[in-house]
Formats: sequence, C-alpha cells, structure tokens
Amino acid sequence: MHWWSTGRRSSRTTARRSDGQAQAKHGMSTPAALVARAAQATPAGVASRMRGLSDRAIAWLFVAPTMLLLLAINIFPLIWTIKLSFTNYRANRPNAAVVDVGIDNYVSVLTDPDIWLAMQATAHFLFWTILLQVLIGFALAYLIDRKFRGHGFWTTMILIPMMLSPAVVGNFWAFLYQPQTGLFNYAVSFLSGIPASSFEMIGSVKLAPWAIIIVDTWMWTPYVMLICLAGLRSIPDYIYEAAEVDRASKWRQFWSITLPMVLPFIMLAVLFRGIENFKMFDMVNLLTSGGPGSATELASITLKREAFEKWRTGYSSAFAIILFVAVFGLANIYVKALNHVKNR
Amino acid sequence: MKSMSKMLPGVIALAAATVLSLTGADVRAQDKTITLCWAAWDPANALVELSKDFTTKTGIKMKFEFVPWTSFADRMLNELNSKGKLCDLIIGDSQWIGGAAEQGQYVKLNEFFDKEGIKMTDFAPATVVGYAEWPKNTPNYWALPAMADAVGWTYRKDWFAKPELQAEFKKKYNRDLAPPKTWTEFKEVAEFFQGRMIDGKKVYGAYLFTERGSEGITMGVTNVLYPMGFKYEDPKKPYAMDGFVNSPDAVRGLEFYKALYKGSTPPGLTNAYMTEGLDAFKSGQVAMMMNWFAFFPGLYKDPNVGGDKIGFFVNPSDKAKGVQLGGQGISVVSYSPNRNEALQYIKWFANPDVQKKWQAIGGSSAAKAVLNDPAYPKSSPFAQPFLDSMDMVVDFWAEPSYAQLLLSMQKRVHDYVVADKGTAKEALDALVVDWKKVFKDDGKAK
Repeated sequence: MHWWSTGRRSSRTTARRSDGQAQAKHGMSTPAALVARAAQATPAGVASRMRGLSDRAIAWLFVAPTMLLLLAINIFPLIWTIKLSFTNYRANRPNAAVVDVGIDNYVSVLTDPDIWLAMQATAHFLFWTILLQVLIGFALAYLIDRKFRGHGFWTTMILIPMMLSPAVVGNFWAFLYQPQTGLFNYAVSFLSGIPASSFEMIGSVKLAPWAIIIVDTWMWTPYVMLICLAGLRSIPDYIYEAAEVDRASKWRQFWSITLPMVLPFIMLAVLFRGIENFKMFDMVNLLTSGGPGSATELASITLKREAFEKWRTGYSSAFAIILFVAVFGLANIYVKALNHVKNR
Repeated sequence: MKSMSKMLPGVIALAAATVLSLTGADVRAQDKTITLCWAAWDPANALVELSKDFTTKTGIKMKFEFVPWTSFADRMLNELNSKGKLCDLIIGDSQWIGGAAEQGQYVKLNEFFDKEGIKMTDFAPATVVGYAEWPKNTPNYWALPAMADAVGWTYRKDWFAKPELQAEFKKKYNRDLAPPKTWTEFKEVAEFFQGRMIDGKKVYGAYLFTERGSEGITMGVTNVLYPMGFKYEDPKKPYAMDGFVNSPDAVRGLEFYKALYKGSTPPGLTNAYMTEGLDAFKSGQVAMMMNWFAFFPGLYKDPNVGGDKIGFFVNPSDKAKGVQLGGQGISVVSYSPNRNEALQYIKWFANPDVQKKWQAIGGSSAAKAVLNDPAYPKSSPFAQPFLDSMDMVVDFWAEPSYAQLLLSMQKRVHDYVVADKGTAKEALDALVVDWKKVFKDDGKAK
C-alpha cells in the first residue's frame, strides 16, 4: 500500500536535494539558470533527441494526437457531410453516379412542409420539457437543500430515472401508457374518475406530444435538480446572514440572493437540456416511433428516416447541416448571454 | 515385376499425397463456417435445427445472425450497403430484391441454377416472382424462394361456436356466425364482438396492423386495398399512378380500414405490428387477428388459444381477391468470401426432401413438392387458407427505392387512419405525389 508513496516521497526528496545542489553550485536563480537546471535534470539521451526542438514544437507534439483525433472523428465527417449535402449521393447506391446538385438539397429541406412540421414538434418538445424540468428541478433542489431528515435517501431516489437507459425508459413507458393495462391510465382514472381505456396517451394526436414531454421530464428533471442543487450550495451562508441582519424577508432573500446566484447554473442546465433534447431520438423512437401519424416526429427522427431508411444521403446531409448551424448558432448566442449573467 | 518394385515408392507417395490432400480438403471443409442472416422469429429457430443436417452432410458449420423484425431492415441493409462480410447468406425481404440486384449486393443465381439443375418451375409462381426475380416477371434470379408467407387471419373458433352468440348473430344478420368471406361480413362480425363480455372478460372485434415506424400499417391496409381495387400503377403504363393509387376504390378501401380501426379494435393499438397482434390474440382480447401465416404453427400449438380454440381463414374479398405477400428468398451475398460454401447451402436447401423437412419442423416451404402434395391441405388447419392465399398474393413495390416508397405510404396512411389527418382522398393524392417524386428522381417517370 505504502511502497509507492514512500518511493514518491523519496524521489521528491532527491529532486529537492539535487535542486539545492544545483542552486548552490551555480549560485544563482535566474531564468537562464532554471533552464540550465532543467536541461541538467533531463536524461542525456532525451536531451540530445529533443535538442533543436523549440518549446512550440514540443507543445505541438503533445497536442498533435488530440488534434488528429478531433480532425478524424469531428472535423473530417463535418466537411464530408457538407460536401455530400451538395450532391444527390445515396449511400445505398454506391455504384450510381454522384451528381453535384448545388443548393437544391438545402432548398428542398427548407421548403418541405414535413420538415417544418418536424421542427414545430421539436420546438414544442424543447420548450415544454425545458420549462417543466427547470421549474420542477429547481423546486426539488430547493427542497433537498433544506437538509431535512432523510434528504440523502430522497436525493438518491429522485436521481434514479436519469440513471436508466433511454431505450429502457421508452419501452416501459409504452407499457405504462397502455390504455387497458397501463399504470399511468389507471392512476389518472383513480384520481379523476375518467375511465382508463377512454384515452390513449401515445395513440392520440393531442396527447402524444405531451406523453413524450412527461417521460422526458420524469427522466431528466433529476439532472436539472442536481445542477440547481450545486448552485444553491455554492451560495455562502454569510450573504443570507447579512440579509437577516438587514431584516430582509425570505421572499426578498429568494428574489435578491438565491435566484440571481443560481441563475448561471439554471442557464447551464437549460443549455445542456436544450442541446440534448434538440437531438432527442432513442426514447421517443421507442415510445411512439414518431406517431401517431407524425405528431411526435422530432427533427432527429425525420433525419434518421431520411438518412438511413430512405437513404437520401445528400438530402439528409443538408438537413443535418441546417440543424447543426441552428444548434451551434443558438448555443453560441446563449453562451454569450450566460457569460453576461455570470459576469454581472 | 522389377519395374513395379521401382515404381512402388512413387505409387505409395502419390497415394499418400492423395489421401493427405483429400483429408486436408475434408479438414478445410470442416473448418469452414458460413453465416446466415435473417430475422429473429419462430421460423428462424426451425432453420437452425434444419441446418444441422447441412453441417452433417457437408462439414460446413453454420452461424446465424438473427435480428428482431423492427430493426431487421435497418441492420441488414446497412450491412449490404457497407459491403459488409458478416452474412454469407441472407434471407432478405422480398422488397429488397430490386436494390440488391441493381447494386450487385446479391449473386445472380441463373448460371448456378442451370448447372445444378435447380428449376424455378419447382416453386410456387408467386414466390418466384416475389422473392427471386428482378426485374419482375423476367427470368433473372437473385434468390431461391425460402420462406413462403402471406397475411392470413385467425379467429376464436370457441367463441364463434357459442350457441348464444350464434343465435344472436343469426337474429341480427340473418346468417350464421362464421369466418367472414367478404370485407362487409368481416366488419359485421368484428362489430358484433366489439366490447362484448365473453367468459367474464371484455373482448374486441379484430386486431389490425397499425405500426408506424417500419412497414406495419402498409402491410395491413393493403389487405383491404387490394380486394377493393387499389392498383400500384396502370397495368398498361408503368409508373403511371394517378387514378390507380388514388382511385375511388382505393379511397373506399382506405376509409374502410379506418372504420375498422376506429370501430372494431382494442384501444391502444396505435403502433402495433406482429408481436402485439400475437399478444392480443393469446391474451384473449380479440375475436379475429390479422398476422402472417408464419406465426400460425406456433399459435396452433398455444396451450391457451390453440388447438380446438383457434381457426384460420383467408383474407376477405370484395370486388376482387388479394392479400399482401410476405416471405423471403435466400440469397448469396456478393461480398461473401465463402461464396462456394454459401452456394452449396442453396443447393442443399433446394432439395425437395429438405424442403419437406423444412415445412414439417416449422418453416414454410415454397416448393411445389410440398405445396402440391395431396396430403398438404390436410396437414394443418391453416394449410388450405395458405394455399388459397398464395393464389392471390400481391406484393408492395420491389423497386430499388422501395424504402422511400414504403415510408411515404406509412406516413400517409398512418396520418389518415390513426392520426385523423385529412381525408382518405387527400392521403392517397399525397401518396401519389410522393411516389411520383421518387420515380422522377430515379429517372423512371416524368
């Protein structure tokens, strides 16, 4: 257990000793002396290999693997997708001629009413999930922060949904929403008296968009709660104590201290959830497959269908680029706003 | 004698070499493993059992890659499009054949069939056209019919036989409560059972396919559309769809399917396909169930609803007959490094004795040696309806762009039937627009 720590300690001692010896020997501590000492500490073989390489070159050597990895798995696919978006390429017809179609794919995407319906469905999903998750998440965090008896247990219980796989969540909520046997309908029926089999959460055009919002809110509110809890716990007690001295009411303390100081955390949670839900696919696909009709067909489901079911690779590349620009642009504006709030 | 003794070492060496080479070949064959890709369902398990005979006979081992139906097309088409070497043999859906043939993903089998004496006339004509030919109705073969299938119906024979229900039905409709032969009769029977209490339990009229994501609702609605007069195109003018896809008969068919869905099915079946249908029937929820014949052997053996409790009937007719073709052919993947072994499997599988065993253990043979056997119609309660169905099957487009065509139909039909969007005429008009665009992009229509 201790052999390595002892070793580390002794090597540190040795290094200190040699530093002292070097300092004593050279009798100076200028930058030049530091460099000389560093060179002296470098094994001779390595030093000779590195000789002639500037600091910048060495820095590049360290950064290069990460850069190459990023280029290979992020930048190259992005450039390739942009290139494909100007062609009629179809991945299921590798032998067919690839024709440059200019901006036709972009025009088709932007003038396709089905795409706009998918974007509307996505906007509805985004707006309501974020609103509900922030409200409920913050309220839960506020409660948990009171540190009541058993708060640790309840925190763990609340966190369970976000630990589940979205595929599992999608599947079991499909069972919960079953009008004849599902617990959800039974619970609604028990509380309201409405017959359980008289409404279909995932079969009705009106209710299905709310069905996916409920599931996403159930699953991800704990995540927002965690972030809000971190924000609440970061507020120093002395600020509240000062407010108490000033005889500020609890309500006043909430609006003047708690909320402004937690706001950057809430905004961060909104950013994370916004990006995540913009590309929501798995849970909704398993729960509704985008139905009934196209009522819950989010942009990511449409994109998947175009790309990997219809195999319209060029068209779907254009759609992907449009989505990417939209998310990237919005996220940038949002991050600027977030920084502004943080710097107030 | 002397010369013989001189030659002896050479003869021995040659014999030894021959023996060694033969043994080596055998060892190599035993070392060979080929992979067969298919959907994960009951017949696939039967095929695993059947294929043990192939391994015994040839020494070639078999591996299987079975994928659930809902992701079968995604998974396998990705594999083919990426020129993957996972599958040496693939039992692919009938609609894939156009794309797989045109993109060179399947090996063309004409020469092999000629060389091995395999004749397509030995298989049911509808299965040859549906599973093996591209272009359709031309002698260009890309698969061997492997799993003959079509949509059929099951019904609760025990419920239909209840004297009180018989009497009530006769009083209401002036005919016996029996498996329906026409769609009008079907609707009456389904409505008769809808919401009725049987054995203390609320039951529903019928189970229909409504699945949105892959092919479900299309594979369901076509069973009403075909008999009512829907046609994919003008028989005299390929790819001319106006007045055929959206004909008044087709509109009537689509409206009829919606009426059935709204008035005769259990609540909650808004996105349901094969498995959900089996669940609904096995749990005693529905009087009649639409599903593929491939599932019927398993249902017949079911301890709760099988045996005397279950009956089978052919898809009802209207002004014409028609039912959706299912099933698949077996193809050799052109990227396979084990093409010879895969072809050996095809040769073995085409053998009439193997086809008989395939049928006997839970598969569904398309071979005439099986289907034309005088004993076949009485071999099971669903054998005769199956034979009748195979005489009237119609398949969806098998064009290389079938997926686009299919997804458009899924969307338009689901939008109208389940999501109450627009009218049947609007849905079919929109479908024609979608399909025209696909064929225009493919350069097949103006």
